[in-house]
Amino acid sequence: MAKTLSIVECAYRGTIEEQDDTVLWFNQAMVNAGFEVDVLLRGNAVNYAVRGQDVSGLRFGAASLDNPPHIDKDVEWFQAKNRTVYVVAEDLADRGIDRAELVEPVKVVPRAEVARIVTGYDRVYNW
Amino acid sequence: MARKTLSVLLMDPPYESNNTPTALRVIDAALRKGHNVNVFAYEGAVALTLKGQAPHPNPVKGTTVEQQQHPTPKDWIAALMKSVQGDQKIDWINCGLCVDERGAGDWIEGARRGSPADFAKMADASNQTLVIATR
Repeated sequence: MAKTLSIVECAYRGTIEEQDDTVLWFNQAMVNAGFEVDVLLRGNAVNYAVRGQDVSGLRFGAASLDNPPHIDKDVEWFQAKNRTVYVVAEDLADRGIDRAELVEPVKVVPRAEVARIVTGYDRVYNW
Repeated sequence: MARKTLSVLLMDPPYESNNTPTALRVIDAALRKGHNVNVFAYEGAVALTLKGQAPHPNPVKGTTVEQQQHPTPKDWIAALMKSVQGDQKIDWINCGLCVDERGAGDWIEGARRGSPADFAKMADASNQTLVIATR
């Protein structure tokens, strides 16, 4: 079976309304269907790996968001399925995110290593 | 506090941008403080008030539609419209030509059709105007 790497860069686009990130969700669905899909977070999407994100309590008039997104949990989900989640180190540093803040165990990699990682996959999708 | 009027132009379609929940939070806060709010929905934002939006289950997480409690922007907007008190107002205008080109005219109660000229009039009659454009 072909191995796929999904590179996720666009972040927090519709995540409140969708209750998740639609790109991570799409990749979760592929994994659930039996496909080998790993994820590489870069750019603003590196924040998805930060532990303890909480948007609960959101209300518009009397309408409340009772089931908010838990994107850090969605990142952990891939590990639970024995899939790898890479995070680009320089993109963390640019945003002042310390590795200790990340969910375990994502794989923090230097930007210079991304090209080598890509060569290990049959398909690479850039989202 | 004296009642003021805030006008907001939205441009992003539903489920595409966190600009939308952020804008609705600003609108909610203004309404809770007793102010009037005008909204002009332009381009994809005219779909925010579509009546046919429906919650769905989440097959990845194995939740039913009831467990998922999937939100819809039209319900958020309806809740904002219902939250006004006394003679307080929220006026929601959808750009008519944007609606026509999308076939997106079946709205929840409370939205109405208008043009950029209506937005200009809103802005003239407001204490402050926010344009939240698509990026």
